[in-house]
Amino acid sequence: MSMLSKLKEAIVGLKAGRVTLSYPAQPQPVPTKFRGRPLFDAAKCIGCAGCANNCPAREILVIDICQEIRVLKYLGRRCAYCGRCADVCPEKAITMSQEFENATNNINDIEQKLDLFMSTCQRCGRCFKEPSPLEQLKLKGYRFDDLKNDRWIFRSQSHIGNEPEVDDVKIEMD
Amino acid sequence: MLKDLCKKMFGRSLWVYHANSGGCNGCDIEVLNVLTPYYDAERFGIKLVGSPRHADVMLCQGPAMRSTAKALKRAYDAMPAPKLVFAIGSCACGGGMWHDSYSVIGPVEKLLPVNFYIPGCPPRPEAIIYGVAVALGLVEKKTAPVQFKQLEYPIPRYHPSDLHVQNDMVVYEKVEKV
Repeated sequence: MSMLSKLKEAIVGLKAGRVTLSYPAQPQPVPTKFRGRPLFDAAKCIGCAGCANNCPAREILVIDICQEIRVLKYLGRRCAYCGRCADVCPEKAITMSQEFENATNNINDIEQKLDLFMSTCQRCGRCFKEPSPLEQLKLKGYRFDDLKNDRWIFRSQSHIGNEPEVDDVKIEMD
Repeated sequence: MLKDLCKKMFGRSLWVYHANSGGCNGCDIEVLNVLTPYYDAERFGIKLVGSPRHADVMLCQGPAMRSTAKALKRAYDAMPAPKLVFAIGSCACGGGMWHDSYSVIGPVEKLLPVNFYIPGCPPRPEAIIYGVAVALGLVEKKTAPVQFKQLEYPIPRYHPSDLHVQNDMVVYEKVEKV
């Protein structure tokens, strides 16, 4: 009985043929709805920071370096490719591409940084407030995300330091 | 330099040890997917070993967490000297979605020196094979940082310190282009 089952197994194995993909030599297509790396289009972006406010990984950082220039930085390192940024973008400036071969030896290779020119109100110096669903987003005035430490700061008053507050990890390590 | 070292030291046999320091098992399943006959990783000489003492490469999945930091560090120290660390998945690369919570220290590179990063949540098995192929020098890496810069700004930039009152009018002393 066991011999027969082994023969059956061998026949199944012979029938299957070769299944191994010759992947790195030949490109492997992805499914059509696959979400890969998001690509940011600086020409279409209006700098509303809706993507930054909706990113669950908090990895799209926005900082206003001066009155007219808003810097939008996509880190890419902890991106879960959920596509929420592309979903919320009113101008469709973010497209989820099908790139998945993002392996690198330098983590800064996958970041994208946009300098955006913003037109501001002549009186108050703030960006225009649109009567749209974007108004419901928590963007009011300037954003001061910490580009040096790659940290997302919710309000301009709140400050997240470089060191964690509960710092007993070092004690554990030693 | 790292590529030369890889070619010299590892040749065609990377023995990998796969360490999960608190991930969601998504990347584990993808790594095991790589080892199946469909994506046959043993044609590159990759073999999964059970102990870090036998391993050349550590595949880290999951962020560095407070509860497993010590164990991860010990596993890294137990590996013999020419060793590589691959960070697989967005948790290991950047800390994941809960990077700023209490129990998460952050990316794996806060504890270990990481040599190669494979982002993705989880990365496709092809992406992991691609990362290994980049490490072995079979293919070139495709990613490069993207930066859009405004070369010229159409509206001049005013500083409040340069404003002066002259004859009931506000005058900008100097108009500066950024």
